Amino acid sequence: MGQITLQNVQKSFGPVHIIKGADLDISDGSFVVFVGPSGCGKTTLLRLIAGLEDVSGGNILIDGKNVVDVPPAKRGLSMVFQSYALYPHMSVRGNIAFGLKMAGLPKAEINRKVEAAAATLNLTPYLDRKPRELSGGQRQRVAIGRAIVREPKAFLFDEPLSNLDAALRVQMRLEVTRLQKQLGTTAIYVTHDQVEAMTMADKIVVLNGGKIEQYGTPLELYEKPANLFVAGFIGSPKMNFISGEVAGRHDAATIGVRPEHLKIARDGEGWPGSIMVAEHLGSDTFLYVDAGAIGTLTARHVGELDLSAGDRVLLSPDPGRLHRFDESGKSLRA
Amino acid sequence: MARMATSRHVAVSTIAAWLVGFLIFFPILWMVLASFKTELDAFAIPPKFLFFHWTTENYAAVQERSDYVHHALNSIIVAGGSTLIALLIAIPAAWSMAFSPTKRTKDVLLWMLSTKMMPPVGVLVPIYLIYRDFGLLDTLTGLVFILCLGNLPIVIWMLFTYFKEIPKDILEAARMDGATISRELVYVLTPMAVPGLASTLLLNLILAWNEAFWTLNLSTLQAAPLTVFIASYSSPEGLFWAKLSAASTLAIAPILVLGWFSQRQLVRGLTFGAVK
Repeated sequence: MGQITLQNVQKSFGPVHIIKGADLDISDGSFVVFVGPSGCGKTTLLRLIAGLEDVSGGNILIDGKNVVDVPPAKRGLSMVFQSYALYPHMSVRGNIAFGLKMAGLPKAEINRKVEAAAATLNLTPYLDRKPRELSGGQRQRVAIGRAIVREPKAFLFDEPLSNLDAALRVQMRLEVTRLQKQLGTTAIYVTHDQVEAMTMADKIVVLNGGKIEQYGTPLELYEKPANLFVAGFIGSPKMNFISGEVAGRHDAATIGVRPEHLKIARDGEGWPGSIMVAEHLGSDTFLYVDAGAIGTLTARHVGELDLSAGDRVLLSPDPGRLHRFDESGKSLRA
Repeated sequence: MARMATSRHVAVSTIAAWLVGFLIFFPILWMVLASFKTELDAFAIPPKFLFFHWTTENYAAVQERSDYVHHALNSIIVAGGSTLIALLIAIPAAWSMAFSPTKRTKDVLLWMLSTKMMPPVGVLVPIYLIYRDFGLLDTLTGLVFILCLGNLPIVIWMLFTYFKEIPKDILEAARMDGATISRELVYVLTPMAVPGLASTLLLNLILAWNEAFWTLNLSTLQAAPLTVFIASYSSPEGLFWAKLSAASTLAIAPILVLGWFSQRQLVRGLTFGAVK
């Protein structure tokens, strides 16, 4: 079991409020990603759940039991650190076995579990090596091995892939997701990378300035962002925002259109503009268009489009995919 | 071409390193050589480097005139005792400052170090009077006490910098792995701190072993360590260069041997590979 509930969790360091009251319900077995820009409090929130920081207010329930006064060692969670944080003086075997040793398991059982975990992660040939003799990816695997071997109630991942190169990151992303589904253990994963968030998560928590902006499935966030921040943060390239008279025509302070929901045409209806930059990727074409009073718009076309800088185009938004926001930035939905 | 330049570069820097090493070691070498000369040869101009009449008579004379073993034992007690007590006080102090620093930690550290900026002779008279009144003059307790206090700031500083380098993540990982504070100390902290502890211990031993100002001023015979033993050979009746060298060689021999065997401990880098 690994059901985690946050009730008005707050954290301040002196006069600075890092987490301003977070409420969250994470169901057993789900993969939840905390995403947000640097300094939004996502790592702090994870460390509060881990018990590495004390809450300033509110409750954290694990399987219905309030754990705010329980030390990290007794919460039954395991964590994978950004820096891996392997024990440098222990072999891979020693690193993976440490938690089981602390739990006082018999030696034979420890060995059996360590070897099973190592086999899952392709670490068997390296069991007797020290962390300094391993590559970055292998160290990452050891850190994951150390987390899974204890069969915790939940895994906590603190930007575990950010020190790996791009290709390895994609591979590990798949492996982590596959492993979590296979074990069926609740996972909380912190990242600043929205692609990681969208691809790995069952549900995403978008954080900004110590507040939860929205909690939902990846597609909910993409299709129904709760406010301007979420709308701008989720999706790449970023959503186009238009305010002023054009927005007023839609009874909104600001309207938003994703680049992939702008129709590009040479003539007919639409917002006129001239292309500043055209990026041809083969699979996609990105256009950066100067649309006069409306501002600069980004448009995405799937496939190749025979247009180049200086060309005049007309952009028209897909009316069904238009997002409307009020003065405070909140989403307006019919 | 590039490879040739590199190998020449390596050769040049190797030779330079040996030269510098030899230069630094030369006074010790000269002292050891002088200890095997006759008093006459020791004073000879031009100096005799290797071709002189080798003799061990100085060592015999030194042992006969003053009891080397007595002084050496005192040195071991004073240096070892003051180092151990300093470590016992410094380890918890450095831990707490490195792992739960407050706003004033930096100030406390600087304030401690500032005591080393004062010339010891400035407090010689008050310390001497206190020692006289408490009956600590020429006692081992008195010497252990003063050397321990004198070196404590440096020991705390050294340990603080070593502890600070231990990544906090690793300690947190141990906590997440279910380790209690005491197990975290035994299984994770201490093994990672061993190189730092060892080099601090060794440096402090050397400092205490060679400390001359307080030992010369606060002891005469009963508690006198090897520094007093050496100083007795530079007397108003005239310099006995060869005997002084023999005494000095005997005095530094134990610490030199200790240093040689603990070289490996002094080389750090055990924590490499833990993070990133």
